[in-house]
Amino acid sequence: MMRIDCPHCGQRAQAEFTYERTLDSVVTVEMVADEAMRRLYERANPRGLDDELWRHSFGCRQWLVLRRHRTTHAIEAVVSFDPTVHV
Amino acid sequence: MSGPARIGGNGGASLRFTFDGVEYRARPGDTLAAALLANGIGRVARSFKYHRPRGIMAAGVEEPNALVTVGTGGRTEPNTRATDVFVYDGLIAHSQNRWPSLAFDVGAINGLLAPFLAAGFYYKTFFGPPKRWMFYEKFIRKAAGLGPAPTAADPDHYEHRSAFCDLLIVGAGPTGIAAALAAAQSGERIILVEQDRVVGGSALADGASSPDDAEELRKAGVRLLTRTTASGLWDDGFVTLAERLTEPGQSPPPGHPAQRLWHVRAERILLATGAFERPLTFAGNDRPGVMLSQAVRTYIHRFGVLPGSCVVIATNNDDAYATADAIAEAGGKVAAILDERAELSAIARAAKARFQIHTNALPLSTKGDAHHLKSIEADIWTERITFDADLLVVSGGFTPAVHLHSQAGGALDWRADLQAFVPGASHQAVTSIGSAAGEIEPIAPPLTGPLAHPKSSFIDFQNDVTAADIDLAWREGYRSVEHVKRYTTLGMATDQGKTSNMAALARLAGAAGVDIPQVGLTRFRAPFTPLTLAAMAGPDAGGHVAPSRRLALHDRHMKLDPLWLPLGYWHRPRAYPLAGENLVQAARREAHAVRTAAGIVDVSTLAKFIVAGPDAAAFLELVCATGIAKLAVGRGRYTIMLREDGMVMDDGTVWRLAETRYLVTSSTGGADGMEAHLSYARHVLAPTLHVSIIPQQEQLAGIALAGPFATEILAELIGAAPPAHMGLINATLASVPVLILAASYSGERSFEVYAPGFEAGPVWDALEAAVRARGGYAYGLEALDSLRIEKGHVVIGAEADGRTTADDFGMGRMQRKAGGFIGAQALLRPALSAPGRMQLVGVEAAEPIPEGAMLIARDGAPVEGHVTSATARVLGDGSVALALLVNGRERIGETILASSPTRGRQVRVTITDPVFYDPDGARYRD
Amino acid sequence: MGGVTHYSALALIKAGFTGQKKWDRAWRDPEPKIHYDMIVIGGGGHGLATAYYLAKTHGLRNVAVLEKGWIGGGNTGRNTTIVRSNYRQPELHNLFEFGLKMWETMSDDLNYNVMFSPRGALVLGHSDGDMVRLAQRGDALRCAGIDAELMTRDEVAKFVPNLDMSRSARFPIEGGMIQRRAGTARHDAVVWGYARAADALGVDIIQNCEVTGLAISGGRVTGVETSRGSIGAGRVGICVAGNSGPLAAMAGIKLPIEAQTLQAFVTEAVKPMIDTVIQSQSVHCYISQSDKGGIVLGGDPDRFPSYAQRGFTPPVERAAAEAIALIPALSRLRMVRCWAGVTDMSFDGSPIISALPVDGLYLNGGWCYGGFKATPASGFTYAQLLATGEPHPLAAPFGFERFATGATIDEAGVGAGPQLR
Repeated sequence: MMRIDCPHCGQRAQAEFTYERTLDSVVTVEMVADEAMRRLYERANPRGLDDELWRHSFGCRQWLVLRRHRTTHAIEAVVSFDPTVHV
Repeated sequence: MSGPARIGGNGGASLRFTFDGVEYRARPGDTLAAALLANGIGRVARSFKYHRPRGIMAAGVEEPNALVTVGTGGRTEPNTRATDVFVYDGLIAHSQNRWPSLAFDVGAINGLLAPFLAAGFYYKTFFGPPKRWMFYEKFIRKAAGLGPAPTAADPDHYEHRSAFCDLLIVGAGPTGIAAALAAAQSGERIILVEQDRVVGGSALADGASSPDDAEELRKAGVRLLTRTTASGLWDDGFVTLAERLTEPGQSPPPGHPAQRLWHVRAERILLATGAFERPLTFAGNDRPGVMLSQAVRTYIHRFGVLPGSCVVIATNNDDAYATADAIAEAGGKVAAILDERAELSAIARAAKARFQIHTNALPLSTKGDAHHLKSIEADIWTERITFDADLLVVSGGFTPAVHLHSQAGGALDWRADLQAFVPGASHQAVTSIGSAAGEIEPIAPPLTGPLAHPKSSFIDFQNDVTAADIDLAWREGYRSVEHVKRYTTLGMATDQGKTSNMAALARLAGAAGVDIPQVGLTRFRAPFTPLTLAAMAGPDAGGHVAPSRRLALHDRHMKLDPLWLPLGYWHRPRAYPLAGENLVQAARREAHAVRTAAGIVDVSTLAKFIVAGPDAAAFLELVCATGIAKLAVGRGRYTIMLREDGMVMDDGTVWRLAETRYLVTSSTGGADGMEAHLSYARHVLAPTLHVSIIPQQEQLAGIALAGPFATEILAELIGAAPPAHMGLINATLASVPVLILAASYSGERSFEVYAPGFEAGPVWDALEAAVRARGGYAYGLEALDSLRIEKGHVVIGAEADGRTTADDFGMGRMQRKAGGFIGAQALLRPALSAPGRMQLVGVEAAEPIPEGAMLIARDGAPVEGHVTSATARVLGDGSVALALLVNGRERIGETILASSPTRGRQVRVTITDPVFYDPDGARYRD
Repeated sequence: MGGVTHYSALALIKAGFTGQKKWDRAWRDPEPKIHYDMIVIGGGGHGLATAYYLAKTHGLRNVAVLEKGWIGGGNTGRNTTIVRSNYRQPELHNLFEFGLKMWETMSDDLNYNVMFSPRGALVLGHSDGDMVRLAQRGDALRCAGIDAELMTRDEVAKFVPNLDMSRSARFPIEGGMIQRRAGTARHDAVVWGYARAADALGVDIIQNCEVTGLAISGGRVTGVETSRGSIGAGRVGICVAGNSGPLAAMAGIKLPIEAQTLQAFVTEAVKPMIDTVIQSQSVHCYISQSDKGGIVLGGDPDRFPSYAQRGFTPPVERAAAEAIALIPALSRLRMVRCWAGVTDMSFDGSPIISALPVDGLYLNGGWCYGGFKATPASGFTYAQLLATGEPHPLAAPFGFERFATGATIDEAGVGAGPQLR
């Protein structure tokens, strides 16, 4: 059970959060079909760090970006999702 | 007198308990193991495979042998370590894995067959068809297992509790206590957990602990949890603690839980978990009467029990000399000390005056009967000497309890001087201290010596794994430590190898001719000691395993005594039978009333969202595949939402309440998913839009009024003209402000009346009275389903099964050609419009059509589709159904078989258009 | 070559009289050669089965299986050993049924008792709606020639005496669907049996040999880089479910796969109390009892990406609660060990058995949490793909390209996303 430092709520148990997808797999309606399908179905799936979109579903319900290590579960950073930076 | 006994007699033994039906007495504070020994009982169990008689080897949770069943009925706990249950008055214990009795056990014949039952023997025989293996397997299964299978439900309840602390200390031995007292001065929040009932840890073996320690800890502000085991150490300082509030089999006080599982988040963790003493490997090292050195001291000092009167001690370290003194002080005779070391330490040399000590001495084998140890044969230098004894005390050094450190992802370092692994680096704030960190007396000789009798030298006592089994695994090429473990079942018993691990590694290293660290180590996994499923489940067991969601109008429904239908977490009325009616009859009457008069149905569970703001329409066009922008204020429209892969996710209606305010409804089952989906679309895909989404599912109760009399009933109740089809108005009904949407799901003129949940009762009452006055009824989901099937409406979860597109339903043209909605890009993939897709059709027949049946041309022909929903016609005879069928729309008029082999039914059906009733909508259009 | 002693009851009795000394090594420990015709990366059940069928069915002997640790150390050794073929979608039930038939003869074929025990897999239904869905699944199976039967409430109560059959249960039991030919097998034995049989046919099983890179030139794979040096290969088959992503990345390929943890746990051993595999249409735990007597339980996956082989507590605690709800007598049994496998979660929930966009490079992965039961079918069909370059007809629907074309096989009907399953 990881501890996630929500920028809005502080340190909370992982059970309050829901993993949505990797940040690079967000598909917007403006994308052409090929790109949309690539983003929908292709994952780097690294054994190390990746940027992930999570939601504090059972807390503030905000969308967060976690930079997280997939083998140690160490979380390097948690920030609010920011469309100007993250899309 | 021979064998174990209470020192100075069993006075003060006030607690009654039974073992195998015989009543005995125990002193308060006794473990069951101590009490059994105090009553002279040395043999308490039979081993797993060979049914060898076994006694008590340890005094703590590492005990591999003395497993008994404690308690009766729903409180029965099989496989309870006698060393880990404190006697209470009335405790009932039984030996297990024996038949007909512990003394005479037929299963012991396995011991004679041992030469043929070596590790992994079952992989090499019992060939043939599966039935033949299952024949043998039946006997193997019966022979396997240890304790009896429980049969009764558990009468007790269990609890979960959360806590946070700055410092969690595991283990209240001298090291843990000192650390807690030192840290307490800082004012930090400290939790100290101890699996024993009292604090003291290893000091209890030496009579050196004080009952005041607990009081001192509490006074210092330490939160002390005794009888609590740190079970698992997970990510980021998250620890699960299992607290025993009652002993196995014991009834808790009324209203109190039996056990409690703590979820603790600790900033820092100190592991003062101590070390486990290792047995020695020699022939017959598993007999009752062979005990670990510290355990013997614990029984003497803590429980006043001397486990034997004529004692031989075999050791490779100094700790056992303290045991020798303790035995002598308690009145036992120490016949000899066999010290494996060639050269004695200072402590050992000092003991020479008191005891007969042999250096270079190794136990070879033991002799005894089923009850008692009789003698020990030892190799001393070049001589072979036999000693008579009823207790053999062994000490093979100590292994730090690194389990939690390892669970937390910490590394382990090898210490040759200890012949043990000690905690290494950890990426969590976890530190081991004291003997858990390797602060232990070094042992001189390595553990890897040759063995005279490997076949009867046990490594894993509980699973009867011998040194020869490990040798065999090695010879056969099962050489990774994990392969050895899996091939021999080593370390997989209830003790998870606490006493066997190092001896096994040593044996394997010896076979491989390498050092122990090169052999490697199997992974430590939670739990540290076995944890009841009930504690894991906590308050969520039984009826609380899932929430139950009640309708706002639940009490109104109860008055009509409906048949209930569970749908997800909801409980909804399925039908309201009148006296003497069954489900089918009631649903048919209710549906008939809707077609011919009027009815009301509770539709409160539909997902509902207010979407408001200047960009509300733009947002809705993002999530809905249908056109929204042109919807006029005061009007509504059917809509579908797609997943990103182009399949239909959900359907519903969109209503424009005001210029920039919409109400969206969607399916009950998809409500939670739709909330997350809309939030994702709003915050991630369209963060710049000015729009708010307000979930309304439980705020608004909804009642659908349907039937030919619906318009006049509503007009009467609201004193105004009801809205036209797909129109909406705000009104007052039974003095309650309501929102009325004119949408038809049943195929009749219909209005959905929404009111705040807490005010909906009077609305229901007024509508029900008016409906009844016109010969109608409240109707349930069964009737609703019949009505919608006749009307050809698809349902999420039946027709829309997550593999269907809008075009599969004939609704492809509703999707906006220009795209711009979620899922639009995926629709361009060729397979989503290729020929051969399954399409929605209707099928009809004179007889009932089995729901879920496969559609096939003839018996044995490939499946071409299936029946998704079926019903008897509401008016008239025969049955109709919706189905998904390959290229279905081209096949209207054909006949096909609806085949259900699992129900032994097959019906020839005619393929039709999916709308069976009023295809033009004449009954509700204006 | 190892594995020359034929295993039989007679051999076992003889060994009993000679102190169990005469057994051969089950498989050799060879040094890697410079070049193989075929390299299978991954010494799990699937990889070893693939090598065995490459040798046995296709006559290829210059074959190596490269395993970074010890064979069977991945998901083959971390599952709940359930074998069944009762999927709803035809592509899936046809593939798994092909495998189930192979399970029935596997012990004899390999001369290694894999303890396949067809004690049935029962799916409980808790409402009429559940029963309709079970009937639909059963009818789909029966029309494909696969066994499935519906059970009434009374039949279920008789078949599994410990179930909570009360009407007031949170998930009252209305009936069930049983596949009687389904059951469990001994997971490690499958690994060892295939290893021994493949080794006997000349396959080199090379443990402690981690693949660190793929040699690719001119769009064609020519070999692998390993912790034990370069090894040349005619064709390379990736078969490392749980680690497919990192392996494919060595060829610059991104897959529709995400690694996720699935936990399972086992209780202390007790005498026989559950004689079948129990699953449910409405709750997610599954329950069986091993030959040793432990109750084996599993539940939902952890639903976030991880390679840690370490789970978190809520799914396990939930599975325990569900198990007690179904079988109240389990309450006081104690979990003795829990473990976590890294599952290769594909984006439609179905496996990928496919050529990759590099000549000579193939992938077998994406088995989600259902790979163990497929072991023989997976190995057999993958061997055919590797040997001939053409997919076996049963594996043809499971091509990598299906995500681009839209021909996904979505048993759960939940769409593109492992976190949804």
